[in-house]
Formats: sequence, C-alpha cells, structure tokens
Amino acid sequence: MTMNKILAGVLLGLVLGALDGGTAWFYPEARPLITGILVGSSFKGMVVGLLSAWFARKVQSTAWGITVGAGLGLLFAFLVAANDTLNGRHPYLEIMVPGFVVGAIIGFVTQRVGTPGTAVKEQ
Amino acid sequence: MDLGDSVLDHLRQVAALPDLAGTHYELECEIGRGGMGVVYAARDRELDRRVALKVLEVALAGEAQLIAKLEHPAVVPIYEAGTLPDGRAFYAMKLVTGLRLDGYVAGLASLAKRLEVIRRVGEALAFAHARGFIHRDLKPQNVMVGEFGEVYVMDWGVDAVAGTPGFRAPDARLDRRSDIYALGGLLQFLLPVPPPPALQAIAAKAMSADPAARYSDVAAFLLDMERFQEGLAVEAWAEPWWHRLRRYGARNAVLLWLLAAYAAVKFLLFFLRNL
Repeated sequence: MTMNKILAGVLLGLVLGALDGGTAWFYPEARPLITGILVGSSFKGMVVGLLSAWFARKVQSTAWGITVGAGLGLLFAFLVAANDTLNGRHPYLEIMVPGFVVGAIIGFVTQRVGTPGTAVKEQ
Repeated sequence: MDLGDSVLDHLRQVAALPDLAGTHYELECEIGRGGMGVVYAARDRELDRRVALKVLEVALAGEAQLIAKLEHPAVVPIYEAGTLPDGRAFYAMKLVTGLRLDGYVAGLASLAKRLEVIRRVGEALAFAHARGFIHRDLKPQNVMVGEFGEVYVMDWGVDAVAGTPGFRAPDARLDRRSDIYALGGLLQFLLPVPPPPALQAIAAKAMSADPAARYSDVAAFLLDMERFQEGLAVEAWAEPWWHRLRRYGARNAVLLWLLAAYAAVKFLLFFLRNL
C-alpha cells in the first residue's frame, strides 16, 4: 500500500505523540491531567509530523530530516512546556528532551516512508 | 647450410602473421591467443585509431555476425569483418585497454566493485538471452574491465566451444541455464575470503547441478544480488534467525539508535525525578 508522505507523517506523529504523552502516567502528579496531556501531545506530534513530512517532500536527506524533525519537536515541546505547570514549575526538561528525540524519529521516518513529492536530493 | 631451431621458430612465427595487404590495417603486435584464433593490436590507417584484429584459425560460422547483432555497452563493438588474402577470416573490433577479470580481482577491488562487474556481465547476458543468443564460454578470461571501470564480455557464442572446466555446467545442454551456471561460477570466482553467506548461497544456487534448481533467468539472479546489496533477505538463502536479526539491525541502525536514545532519556528523567 502506498501512502503520501503528508498522511504518513501526520499518522506517525499522532501515534508517537500519543505514546510520548502516555508516559506521563508514570508521574503520579500528572495522572489527573493525563487526558489533556494525551490530546496535547498527540496534536503536537501531528503538527511535527505534518511539517517534517512537508520538508521531506522538498528535501530528500536523512540527516536534514532528522535535524529539522528534532528542531520542530524541540520548538513545539517548548511551547507546550511554557504553557504548562506541574507542581508550580514549567516541566521544560520532562517535555522538551523527549520531544526533541521524538521529533528526530519523526523526521527520520518521514524521509523513508510515503511516496515523495517534488523532492530535491541532497548531493 | 643448416638453420638453427630458434631461426626456424622465428620464421614460423613470421609466416603465421596475418597478411593485411589490401586492408587498411597495419599490424602492431599480438595481444592474445586462444584455440580459435589470435588477436592482434593494429592501426586503422583510414580512421587513425587502434583496433583489435581477431584472425580466426578455424572458420567459425557467423561469430562476427553474432557479435555485431549484440549492440550493448558490455559487448565489444565490431567495426568490420572480412577475409585475408591467405584465406583466413578476420574481424576488427574495439581495442579494449584494461585488465582481464582475473587480473582485476588480483588488484583487490572492493566487494561493491566486484558485484558491479557481475551486474554488468549479467545485464549483457540478459540482453543476449532476450535475443536468443547464449554465450557458451563465460569465464574470467572472457571478461575485461577497462581503465574507467567499463566491463566487456568477449568471445560470444563460439560453436566449437562448450565451456571451460569450473564454469561449464555438468549437464550436457548449452542454453540459458548453462550461461547462468557460468555466471554463478564468475560470482564464486570474485567472492572474497571469507565470502558473505548470502552471496555464497546465490552462487551455489546458480551453480546447482540440476538445471531446474538454478535461477530461471539472469534477471532473477541479478535481483537476488540487488536484494543482498540493499540489506534484504535473498531467495537463495534461508538465513538463521540471528542473522536475520543482525541484518535488520544493520538496515535500521539509525532508527534503533533513536529509539534507544528516547528510552534512555525517559529512564534518566524518571530516575533523576526520584533522586
């Protein structure tokens, strides 16, 4: 089955974002907020997946895909962490570091899966 | 006056030289000798270029015509065919400068380059088979690698030849599958020591004693080689589970490292939180 990169990126971001948000269950203080965390993390993942896939359609480069994905993951994780508080502080470390790695994974996978668009191969 | 043996030998050699009178070629030197004829380097006076001249000792029906029909990058192009004043047939072809495959391998070419040679030879074979021709005598001595990496398959379809030991199929038939046997022999010849198990299996399948057990065509052989080069499972080898796991790991190394990094980050954050 072939799937275009955008759809692949969105679905991948949704799944990985949900999984990443689900790990908040291991923090007892976050459990009452788990539904919101899951929704927010999934949405964040979808946005990162969409943008990474769009980039992958334009530039075919694994290294750049990982870099851009990681950067987007870090950026959106920062925006989420800046608007969140847990125990009276912003959970920058707990959200941004995993968000950075998840973004890198999304960036890598979107380079490999899905049918490409008008990609320019990196020399 | 008696003539010494060395003088007689020299006279015999001179007498055997082709008489190129009436042609536009000038003889330079002998560059190869086989059972069917001798190959000389010569100069084409009209086009001012060097050529290879094959002078046939035996009247081989249509060898030049056969090669001329195979217009492929890996088949040496024929420029002209004719008959010398002494009655021997000849044909002029591109003079290939490079190494015979046995010499090329001795130069420690990488596995990727060796497989590239096999791929080019296979493509030439597939091309010929599609047009109803078979090689009959594929072996390292009949493959040349040029100075820029170009590959040429020589000595096509000689009726009087039925293969060379080591590259000749055990069954008596001469058909596509006997060529595939020889191609497997060529791969076997090029494999490094120790050989990758998958490539060893591909060569072994091509060289099966039972023709029905070999690859059905050259394309299937080349596809299996391509699968090996892409890190995929090959048809010829039922690999053990641990090898399949290692191959999966090698093929997905980046993804596995990223997942491991994610797990490490999560574990570290959880651990630091509990300190």
